[in-house]
Amino acid sequence: MDFAALWNSLPDYAHSGVFIVAVTLVLVVSVAMLTLWERKLIGWMQLRRGPNRVAIFGLLPGLGQPFADVIKLLIKEVLVPAQSSKFLFRIAPAITLVPAFATWAVMPLAPGFSIANVDAGLLYVLALTSVGVYGVILAGWASNSKYAFLGAMRSAAQIVAYEIAMGFALVGVIMASGSLNLGTIVEKQHGAFLAWNWFWLFPLFIVYFISAVAETNRAPFDVAEGESEIVAGFHVEYSGIAFALFFLAEYANMILVSALISVFFMGGWLSPLDGIVAADSALFQIPLLGTLLNNGLHWLVAKTFFFLCVIIWLRATFPRYRYDQIMRLGWKVLIPVTIIWIAVEGLMVYFKIGPWSA
Amino acid sequence: MSRASFFKTFLLTELLQGMALTFRTLFRPKVTLNYPEEKAPQSVRFRGLHALRRYPNGEERCIACKLCEATCPALAITIESDVADDGTRRTTRYDIDLFKCIYCGFCEEACPVDAIVETRIHEYHMEHRGENIMTKDKLLAVGDRYEAMINADKSADARYR
Repeated sequence: MDFAALWNSLPDYAHSGVFIVAVTLVLVVSVAMLTLWERKLIGWMQLRRGPNRVAIFGLLPGLGQPFADVIKLLIKEVLVPAQSSKFLFRIAPAITLVPAFATWAVMPLAPGFSIANVDAGLLYVLALTSVGVYGVILAGWASNSKYAFLGAMRSAAQIVAYEIAMGFALVGVIMASGSLNLGTIVEKQHGAFLAWNWFWLFPLFIVYFISAVAETNRAPFDVAEGESEIVAGFHVEYSGIAFALFFLAEYANMILVSALISVFFMGGWLSPLDGIVAADSALFQIPLLGTLLNNGLHWLVAKTFFFLCVIIWLRATFPRYRYDQIMRLGWKVLIPVTIIWIAVEGLMVYFKIGPWSA
Repeated sequence: MSRASFFKTFLLTELLQGMALTFRTLFRPKVTLNYPEEKAPQSVRFRGLHALRRYPNGEERCIACKLCEATCPALAITIESDVADDGTRRTTRYDIDLFKCIYCGFCEEACPVDAIVETRIHEYHMEHRGENIMTKDKLLAVGDRYEAMINADKSADARYR
């Protein structure tokens, strides 16, 4: 049986199905490993060792920790509070989780490849990342608990503030690439390291990164679950696997925003050598090294991993923002910065300065 | 807000300094002990599980003077005594309730014959009700088993007393 022939004989939806399953599986395993990596990295930054007791096959101490955690949470009881809104309470974790996976459909994974090549992919991304927040708000509302409700309200107000800055930062990206298609956005960044969007859109890059951290409810913007004031915020009432789903969603969202930052500002699957070395150069013909240095999925993975580490690094470094400081930062700093830089970028495009000179 | 502090805040300089600090810490040697494999050093004066000692000829040191019982601030020690076959005064019961004990070491200080001592053993646990009561037999067994260690610890500390 010829595998390639069999593959080509399959209809398009079967191809998509295989890719969807593959991407989902990889994401779920990555999320599990990310929880471990976060605990390790934060531990090292605090002079600790991090989890190192649960090993798999006696190898790599700590690697079994995520699986031990998952099993523990799976066998615990899921409590539904008596006065809660039962349907919303049960569906809320799924609402936070689904968008974090669904957004990967339009992600440009490799040169010329994404599961769904949507023209308005960026709008799809913006819409879905906003839907994810509804899960947090619904969870807080449906729990019928004051701490959960306070967490949900904080989350709602924070999202309103940071979505705007995030959207404006992406306007800059759209202006730079002239397209809403994520694949095109990556291809337009063709060139060396400095040709990627982050260099000319540096303020927008920083604003987008900060908003993305806030959007995923990660430290130092995790007031929605601020355990020092409101116990665990929106997920106080959740236990067992429902709680695990929120955790899964948070880490899936982290991976998602890191991948999006890589795509929008760091050239996605573009190699740093792209544009310096000619595409048909002999360097890329070297069997393994050439593939590694050439454009490809592995560059997207590497960049995503880098941003994941930075997000974890932020958590290890900064204390939680006070709530009014978050609002001040969102409305009075990030939004003005994006508006000013969009104007500056508009002038650069109009007068054909920098990358727009051609 | 002065102009200097505005730029300092806006350019996130202090935040970047903080991140530089955590980044340096990432590569520093870790202070955590891998507990069951590595252990922190203990003083010879460590006050852990109790033991009753014997003289080298096997005779019990304890003469049932009940000073430890009297001095114990937690009332953890219960002693009953009687005249033994050889005419000496001996304890018939010597119980220490480990749940009451606060490990202050007063019993050890009060003892005129160095019979009751606190050893450096601290990794013990109870699995059933009643195991928290250290009876005379159990205390003597601890003393017999760890006499070498107890003797070494006490003589190391002797010149400071």
